Amino acid sequence: MIKINNKKLAKFLGFKAIRLLILLIVIAAISFIMIQLSPIDPVKAYLGQRIVSQQQLSIIGEYWGTNLSLGERVLGWLQTLASGSMGFSLIYRVPVTEVIVQKFTASLTLMVVSWLISGVVGFGLGIIAGAKEGSLADKAIKTYCYILQSTPTFWIGLVILMVFSVYLGWFPIGLSVPIGQLSDTVTFWQWLYRLILPAVTLSIVGIASLTMYTRDKLISVKKSDYFLFAQARGESFWGIIKNHGIRNVLLPAITIQFLSFNELFGGTILVEQVFAYPGIGQATVAAGLRSDVPLLLGIVIISTIFVFVGNLLADMIYKYVDPRLRGEDDE
Amino acid sequence: MTKLLEVNNLSISFTQYVQGLNRHDSKVISDLSIDVNENEIVAILGSSGSGKSLLAHSLLGILPYNSNVSGEIKYKGDILDQDLKEKLRGNEICLIPQSVNFLDPLMKVSEQAIGECKDEKEYNEKKLRQREIFTKYGLDESVDNLYPFELSGGMARKVLLSTALLDDPKLLIADEPTPGLDAKSVKETIEDIKNLKEHGKGVLLITHEIDVALKTADKIAVFYSGHVIEINKVGNFKNVDNLLHPYTKALITSLPKNGFNLTEGVQPLGDVSGCPYYQNCPNRMDKCENNIPNLVNHNGVFIRCFDFEEANDES
Repeated sequence: MIKINNKKLAKFLGFKAIRLLILLIVIAAISFIMIQLSPIDPVKAYLGQRIVSQQQLSIIGEYWGTNLSLGERVLGWLQTLASGSMGFSLIYRVPVTEVIVQKFTASLTLMVVSWLISGVVGFGLGIIAGAKEGSLADKAIKTYCYILQSTPTFWIGLVILMVFSVYLGWFPIGLSVPIGQLSDTVTFWQWLYRLILPAVTLSIVGIASLTMYTRDKLISVKKSDYFLFAQARGESFWGIIKNHGIRNVLLPAITIQFLSFNELFGGTILVEQVFAYPGIGQATVAAGLRSDVPLLLGIVIISTIFVFVGNLLADMIYKYVDPRLRGEDDE
Repeated sequence: MTKLLEVNNLSISFTQYVQGLNRHDSKVISDLSIDVNENEIVAILGSSGSGKSLLAHSLLGILPYNSNVSGEIKYKGDILDQDLKEKLRGNEICLIPQSVNFLDPLMKVSEQAIGECKDEKEYNEKKLRQREIFTKYGLDESVDNLYPFELSGGMARKVLLSTALLDDPKLLIADEPTPGLDAKSVKETIEDIKNLKEHGKGVLLITHEIDVALKTADKIAVFYSGHVIEINKVGNFKNVDNLLHPYTKALITSLPKNGFNLTEGVQPLGDVSGCPYYQNCPNRMDKCENNIPNLVNHNGVFIRCFDFEEANDES
């Protein structure tokens, strides 16, 4: 169905890779400089409460290069980064890469599940509201979206936690593993059971914007000439919504959903905090609060890549699925 | 013989809110009467934006919700109400739309011509028919898989025409089929429409191009400010003396080949209390200012002018 021109794809991905590289260098440098200019002292953060002599302090400082100029430090950081190392996490006492891989995998399930839920539900609600514009269903969906849009994520998380975990007692209050159990021994169902509330919270937030967007898009399709013509040809209402409405709304909606990766990441940080779910979000907060500079910088880079990939996928979908763009730059 | 389509005293107005909550009814089509028979092409000739397309939309039951329609439309002698419109549209009454914008930009043209199908069997039958019609109009198989944006203007016209013919309709409504086309495509379109007539179909051609109307139609209804002011046979348009309404005369004498005589004045927008042509009429009378003349039959020509209403009364 979709013909992929390998040469064109390679060229496209090549360009994107170069862009990502430039973006990463810039982001890495800027975030490093910002940390350097902040009042965080890495030596103090490393030592914590331990008492050391002035001499020992200066030895550690020299080892870490605190006597170097800012430019030298930035270059040093970029060089280390290029060699594939992100340094050593101060909190977890393991390489940053290891922490990120572990935490990110835990969060990824959460993010993927809620991304899928919000995509399907958000799109469905948007289609219903748009098709039946002005009806009771539309008004209900619209009100629901406005409320969600104007509510902070962490607050929704707290409300859900209070209702379902505290008052109703249906779900655990937090943590991805039951207390007193090793993470290796957790069964699939235990894990899933603990995933539900955070995933629902995270998806609820994503639904509103997608629903409003889909609704709006469908309403404009309904006003189009081709919609009118399909009616004039005697096609049934839901038939037209299916054949022409969804066809024309789906692609931009999917794109919007991919572009929402940054919101997803931001939402994860809040939701994981509320539900005490040990993922990348919690690690971010911990790294920030406890001045774990290497981990914080590592997370910045990973989240940059994550959001970039979302945008890349959105771009690719448009380029290879929309017939109007597919053949555009064919020679 | 029953007429294929009979429109009597059709008026279409829109309810709009002007300045806060004041409702205002703006009349777009007033007291329109017209007939279309089998084997006949009737052109509705009017300037752009005069509401001609709304006639087509009202025949198909796709007017916007804030419109008010009065009058009577009959199809083969039966009152054409919304239920019947919904039943007939797409199979007995078909629209040939204005432009490629009426095609879904993300759907292959062959699929669009086929349209909605109940099951596989219906789809296969229609697929064969679609291929047959496309071939008839010189669209080869490679066109089937094209998207609307890939069509040239002429091809798009043929695809639009094909969509209307798939169900073998009795009455076709062609809404501005020629704007923006080159001379060759216009000529082809005229031929295609005439061809439909040969196959026993009735065609209602809505256009603002005098030339197209003259070359295609059997009967021309002249539309002025929402009113039909004259319905005359196409042969009479060759000679200004056979035309009755002063506006029609002015229209024809303004053509380059007929002397290029331009008449000053514009069509009134919105409501007029009297004859819509009162402002510009060379032989207006006092009563024209506040009374709208009726469309009367004068020796087979329908005319909306007091000059002829009286003449009829006397005879």
